[in-house]
Amino acid sequence: MAKTYQHYYVPEQSPWPIVGAIALFLLAFGAGHFVNEVTRNKDGHGEYMLLAGVALLLFMLVGWFRNVIDESMGGLYSEQMDRSFRQGMSWFIFSEVMFFFAFFGALFYARMIAMPWLDGESNNAMTAEILWPDFSAHWPMTKTPGGVETNAMPWQGLPLYNTLILLTSSVTLQFAHVALEQGKRLQLRLMLLLTILLGASFLALQAYEYMHAYQDLNLRLDSGIYGNTFFLLTGFHGLHVTLGAIFLTVIWLRIMLKNHFTAHNHFAFQAAAWYWHFVDVVWLCLFVFVYVL
Amino acid sequence: MSTISTDTHQHAGQHDADHGHHHPPAGFKRWFYTTNHKDIGTLYLLFALTMFFIGGLMAMVIRAELFQPGLQLVQPDFFNQMTTVHGLIMVFGAVMPAFTGLANWLIPMMIGAPDMALPRMNNWSFWILPFAFAILLMSLFMEGGGPGFGWTFYAPLSTKYSGDSTALFVFSVHIMGISSIMGAINVIVTIFNLRAPGMTWMKMPLFVWTWLITAFLLIAVMPVLAGTVTMVLTDKYFGTSFFDAAGGGDPVLFQHIFWFFGHPEVYIMILPAFGIVSSIVPTFARKPLFGYASMVYATSSIALLSFLVWAHHMFTTGMPVFAELFFMYCTMLIAVPTGVKVFNWVATMWRGALTFEVPMMFAIAFIVLFTIGGFSGLMLAITPADFQYHDTYFVVAHFHYVLVTGAIFSIIAAAYYWLPKWTGHMYDETLGQWHFWCSLISVNLLFFPMHFVGLAGMPRRIPDYALQFADFNALISIGGFAFGLSQLLFLWVVVKCINGGKPATNQVWEGAEGLEWQLTSPPPYHSFTTPPDVK
Repeated sequence: MAKTYQHYYVPEQSPWPIVGAIALFLLAFGAGHFVNEVTRNKDGHGEYMLLAGVALLLFMLVGWFRNVIDESMGGLYSEQMDRSFRQGMSWFIFSEVMFFFAFFGALFYARMIAMPWLDGESNNAMTAEILWPDFSAHWPMTKTPGGVETNAMPWQGLPLYNTLILLTSSVTLQFAHVALEQGKRLQLRLMLLLTILLGASFLALQAYEYMHAYQDLNLRLDSGIYGNTFFLLTGFHGLHVTLGAIFLTVIWLRIMLKNHFTAHNHFAFQAAAWYWHFVDVVWLCLFVFVYVL
Repeated sequence: MSTISTDTHQHAGQHDADHGHHHPPAGFKRWFYTTNHKDIGTLYLLFALTMFFIGGLMAMVIRAELFQPGLQLVQPDFFNQMTTVHGLIMVFGAVMPAFTGLANWLIPMMIGAPDMALPRMNNWSFWILPFAFAILLMSLFMEGGGPGFGWTFYAPLSTKYSGDSTALFVFSVHIMGISSIMGAINVIVTIFNLRAPGMTWMKMPLFVWTWLITAFLLIAVMPVLAGTVTMVLTDKYFGTSFFDAAGGGDPVLFQHIFWFFGHPEVYIMILPAFGIVSSIVPTFARKPLFGYASMVYATSSIALLSFLVWAHHMFTTGMPVFAELFFMYCTMLIAVPTGVKVFNWVATMWRGALTFEVPMMFAIAFIVLFTIGGFSGLMLAITPADFQYHDTYFVVAHFHYVLVTGAIFSIIAAAYYWLPKWTGHMYDETLGQWHFWCSLISVNLLFFPMHFVGLAGMPRRIPDYALQFADFNALISIGGFAFGLSQLLFLWVVVKCINGGKPATNQVWEGAEGLEWQLTSPPPYHSFTTPPDVK
């Protein structure tokens, strides 16, 4: 229980949340129509609404964060506020962990339970014999019970390099953090930039891997449960890397242009770093369970 | 719990904390731009009340169609949409926002905080909700109709056999999830970080405790729901086969993931109710709560167990026997901490100086009727018996006992209990008693016979039924209409109380204890700009 309680800053009214709410509405409503229009070849204007939503959301984020940064730099925040932000960020990351947990759960279930059952294990011998006589359980599932064939993505080569790249980026980020705490600004700038570049190269290689999968391996989003889990897990991970990289870039720009953050006051840096390490850990699980095993 | 007293030196020049903003700004900005936990709490509660009546209207459509056998009023397709959207609205639009509204209003006052920890995010987490439900409701009017696959949106109903509105359904659920997660983060951080000096963990009011644990559950499982709807979206529109055996997936996988969210969700909708009843019963028994510490531990064990029982919704899907047994035993274990709670409430009343104002009436009704719902839950937990009960009206009876006479009765009790604090006026006791007795009688007429038709084999979610169920269904429908009409009395009481009435004292209730009763009624716009001393 805080001694700094007396200075808890309750912000004045703010227009940003309602702007954000309208943005999310446009985004969801537009996306809901856009998805139908794209996949069902229907006429409509969902994409405009979707884009408007995205634009408004970006506008809101810039405005809201600018507000928060101004308040923080203006010294309105206390140690207790800082704790609120840190705890809020930790719980947000926990919610992200649970989001990935759902997809990992689907992967484990499909692999450990559903696939053997489709091949007749447990009490499913006759079902398998009658429904899917040609199916044999094998992971990666390169041939589905329905007969769709695909190829597995090997873990050697590109995925392994990507693992090394992402792990290295976590290390450089840690160096940047230490440099920030020791007041070595030049090292901070360089290490943070290096982290962002490593993240960007990870994304570029990941995009290349996707093209390779589609063009050479016939591994597609609709190639059965192997392709489903592969693309949704790596895809959502890639999305998070993208967000994390944007987050780090904003932090880097704040350091380069405005010389923000001190050894003791750098919540935003800390939050971006936590997020980046979290994304890294998710990748390690991905590498082990999606690629190697 | 120890006695609590506020620091009388509250105005020791701490205006920098809130820029001296003691009066709410007027007009639309007050509600759209607000960062005030009380205003946001009010918004949540009014929104929940609105959705309660919209979802209730859909229930009236369902009961009107089921008044007699055969198809009278609506097409089966529309009937399905009504059951689906009724469920979604009541769960995500009425019960959860009502609890979040209560949390917003009460938690900062109960722990002696100036506001919620993250006030702007608090605003955002409310205002995205009406938009999410606008999307859901609008989808009812699009070509092909709204979602009709049940609030549980089982695959392949939602993936192979659903209409174009499915995408809208998916994205609106995403927004509801974002809202819940942000609200929960705010609650947890507020409780961890903003308690007044001296407000130690084991002095916190039980409402705060139960909400802390609820918030943890929300952050843990709402993302899993987001993952589930995402898989439904890709299965339906982008050719994945998570829930399709031909592609190597499994429709049962859907149920596993959904209920991994769904069962903790059930406790999300009842744990705050436990907190409310634990606040009300001691006040009107004029005795401290019996077994405070055991209440805390019981709540925690219920929350932990809730992650180990999800497949009791799936006994008939052909799981291996060891899984059925595991989930059966874990489910039955939950009866132990729940029994502790019921015992403690009864023990609190034992030899108390009881009075029976409306909040207490609803709280006592909660204890009795929720226990009935708990018992039918135990029956459903018995795997071989569940083979008979599964997907019958017995299940409908069970979860309406825990959700209507459980969650909703507790919310109504909370409204009566804290309305005088919020508005500064006493509600109309006579009208309130009328509301209580009408609700109590009609709700039992509505849901109790469902046990019988369910045990006799009447399936749920079907707009027609065999002739032998006709008499009971007519009774059920009459109970339903009466219950719906009774809630108009509640609306009347609330509106009347907001507009005026006998001024309420600070303590409101003779036996009430806790920080919120030491503030004026209504409390100042910012409650504790400096922390009170908690002894």
